[in-house]
Amino acid sequence: MGSYIPNTASERQQMLEAIGMTSFDDLYTDIPEELRCRKPLSLPSGLSELEVLQKATEISEKNTRFAHIFRGAGSYHHYIPSIVKQVTSKEEFVTAYTPYQAEISQGILQSIFEYQTMICELTGMDVSNASVYDGATAAAEALAMCRDRRRKTVVVSGTVDPKIQSVIKTYCFGSGADLKILPEKDGQTDLAAWEAMNGPETACLLIQSPNYYGIMEDCRKIAESVHAAGARLVAYCNPISLALLETPGEFGADIAVGEGQPLGLPMAFGGPYLGFMASTKDLMRRLPGRIVGQTADAEGSRAFVLTLQAREQHIRREKAGSNICSNEALCAMTAAVYLSAMGNRGLKNVADACVTNAHFLLSELEKIGFQRKYDHEFFHEFVTICPCDAELLSRSLAKHGYLSGLPIGKREMLWCTTEMNTEEEIRSLSRMILSILPAVKEQTKAVPEMEHDPDPVSISREDEEVQV
Amino acid sequence: MKLIFEMGAPGRGSELVPECRSSYVLNTALREKPLHLPEVSETEISRHYTELAKQAHGVNDGFYPLGSCTMKYNPKVNEEAAALPGFTGIHPLQDVDDAQGALEVLSKMEDMLCEITGMDACTLQPAAGAHGEFTGLLLIKAYHTNRGDRNRTKIIVPDSAHGTNPASAAMAGFDVVNIASDDHGCVDLDALKKAVGDDTAGLMLTNPNTVGLFDPNIAEVTRIVHEAGGLCYYDGANLNAIMGIARPGDMGFDVMHLNLHKTFAAPHGGGGPGSGPVACKDFLAEYLPGIRVLTANTLPDAVCASDFGITDQENHYIVSRADRSIGDVRSFCGNFLVIVRSFCYILTLGREGISEAATGAVLNANYMMHGLKGHYRMAYDRVCMHEFVVTLEQEKQERGVSALDIAKALLDHGIHPPTMYFPLIVHEALMIEPTETESRETLDEAIRIFLDVLKQSEETPDEMSQYPLAAPIRRPDEVAAARKPIVRYFRE
Repeated sequence: MGSYIPNTASERQQMLEAIGMTSFDDLYTDIPEELRCRKPLSLPSGLSELEVLQKATEISEKNTRFAHIFRGAGSYHHYIPSIVKQVTSKEEFVTAYTPYQAEISQGILQSIFEYQTMICELTGMDVSNASVYDGATAAAEALAMCRDRRRKTVVVSGTVDPKIQSVIKTYCFGSGADLKILPEKDGQTDLAAWEAMNGPETACLLIQSPNYYGIMEDCRKIAESVHAAGARLVAYCNPISLALLETPGEFGADIAVGEGQPLGLPMAFGGPYLGFMASTKDLMRRLPGRIVGQTADAEGSRAFVLTLQAREQHIRREKAGSNICSNEALCAMTAAVYLSAMGNRGLKNVADACVTNAHFLLSELEKIGFQRKYDHEFFHEFVTICPCDAELLSRSLAKHGYLSGLPIGKREMLWCTTEMNTEEEIRSLSRMILSILPAVKEQTKAVPEMEHDPDPVSISREDEEVQV
Repeated sequence: MKLIFEMGAPGRGSELVPECRSSYVLNTALREKPLHLPEVSETEISRHYTELAKQAHGVNDGFYPLGSCTMKYNPKVNEEAAALPGFTGIHPLQDVDDAQGALEVLSKMEDMLCEITGMDACTLQPAAGAHGEFTGLLLIKAYHTNRGDRNRTKIIVPDSAHGTNPASAAMAGFDVVNIASDDHGCVDLDALKKAVGDDTAGLMLTNPNTVGLFDPNIAEVTRIVHEAGGLCYYDGANLNAIMGIARPGDMGFDVMHLNLHKTFAAPHGGGGPGSGPVACKDFLAEYLPGIRVLTANTLPDAVCASDFGITDQENHYIVSRADRSIGDVRSFCGNFLVIVRSFCYILTLGREGISEAATGAVLNANYMMHGLKGHYRMAYDRVCMHEFVVTLEQEKQERGVSALDIAKALLDHGIHPPTMYFPLIVHEALMIEPTETESRETLDEAIRIFLDVLKQSEETPDEMSQYPLAAPIRRPDEVAAARKPIVRYFRE
């Protein structure tokens, strides 16, 4: 055991005496006796480094690491170039605090400035912040940016990932924003429903494209309709897809947000990830969080600083647009190193492979009795109706080393591929399914009453809101 | 130095993934605007970031007494544990049976944090301290609203509080009532009594407070708030001073957050990722967000462990949701790898090490305060906790030397300056937090430098505004940056 205190017990005693004290208790005279811990904490005794690492390794090995991953739904299995891990484990970056002291933090500030530029390039937007916690909180923050005294209602398309919807609901419970969920129509945003629903109190619409089902929305048309209503469009997008797809800037989004995890961060059971946020110039001063700006130092050399701080909590306190302070700076640097390493060609290659593999997987699954649920073009995720219970299929495939698509209904499964999958792997998945299918179908018959029980890790709240 | 966009040449790059042959052509609206990512070789990337690293200052680059940020050493073994493939390579939506190790980390971490804080339940979902504050305040809101107590719309915040406190309260839909601190920087009991009422939702407090003092009236403070029907929120930013010594749960607090990237040695990454778990008393547990990790044997009607070939040798973990959960504050279960790091840290320290770290932090702060006293003016001249605040108000008035000038001069000596101009109740403040992981020699050397800089400011006050001279850049023009924002690079 250790506490990483360099000074030995006798040195500490000497230091104590040097400041005129005799007992360590003297340091705590302000804490009333009755509030002090009377007995030691009920924790295990400290361990040596060897024991800690053994313990951590042992626990980590209780997790199943799948050799074959066909699941996405918000966390994606991509290749992480070696340079990314090497660069982002540099101690100077890892162990620094927020770059408050610009003179000795140029490295971190410049890396964020470069990140901001890359996010603007990807999304086609004017301005990016330095990141927020994850994609879902980016979406929630973006909706808050759009609200004002007159326009208080925020609308979220029903094709947005339910996990993101859940976070938005929670944020709205806090802010008191009026939240409406737009129904979906055949796996896409129901534009007619939007047109019927919006009014002068509507602040914005959030869409996701590719959406939760992997389908591209008719973004341009939606943007026109949203702007015609005097509202703003927030677009949640997958950063890899932006190498190929029309950008939020091009189709007219006011704010683009998304989950940056595909850009070089491991799945890691859900975090750390990063939420990216970029907006039009008009909304720059409403963006939450850190923004790095370029300026000059006293000698006229280029320099970078945290800027537009008048938006932030440490200046505006309760009048700030958001409370965000620490964000995900090292993850933003990771994304920047990833994008630099990939370059235009590499990123397009990754996106092409995602798309191509997904369409190949669909064709293979269709050959063995799976049915495509929605007939719209998709990026690297799609939904099938399985010829058996989806949950049972998932469990059975897991036993054979395959992380299947995510069961999202009794028979519906949301599949995903990336550049990590190969044609041969997809064929072997298909053969594996074929070999276990009869047994899974039998099981499906044996439990006809079995309701779909979504993976508890992903369940979202059933009862709509906290009872108010 | 150059931006990465100013390096490389068209066509340069690395072969990282195989060329996608026979790529499928999407039948949808495609990007027309050309993408301009850097086109650089791996050599260039590597050198670029090495150069950037030289212009960054981490804990390992030198003494980092940044008050309220607890910049302690980040142990390497935690990094190694967080990089284990069994942690990094798992999908957050894989079946719970395939994520037993991850759930074990979460479950044990929750238990240990509850023990350290004197609380009953915990969520690890919040991604940072401010995020934890927001979460904790939503628990308070859910509690009052579920009781039909709709008039409780106000959160009381002392004027010494960190800016996130009032900002979080506003985000959670509360009105903020600021109350003045007393002469010791502690809660003014009379002001508090006047402020509470049947509209009080709660109080947010840091203890030790932002001037580095433990509020001796804390039990009275929480009693006053409770009697008025409000709840007490503990901002765990300064927990490092008292962990293992006293517990917020025993002081009368109902809900709190911790900063794993401060108190529990997870690195801060230049501004995140952090982790801000929220711990609460039993009566608030039903509102917690995210998944609740349970052991199968605590739920009799849970999925039968034997179905999955699990023997009863070990806990089998399952997950559920709190009955009246506020939902989710983030996707999935939080910044998992940060949690792994702090989990390892707590395993290393154990029951003895936790309180030893706290005592070490308080000793180092008092040792440094003792060394500076008589030269620097203490904002509050008494035994401090893990940090203390000096004021340069007199120097500013007499010689025009500001806290900023002193801070910037320290840069030339390899010291990261203390937190400046905070808390707001102390003018020309420098807030100094050495942490327990600094040696006596480092503190002695830092004291010498602090005194030298002060002396320099007495001898040549006019020169103070020019520092730093040895840092990678001179003082930047922040006004120009905000007036004409350039927040991205444009190719010429």
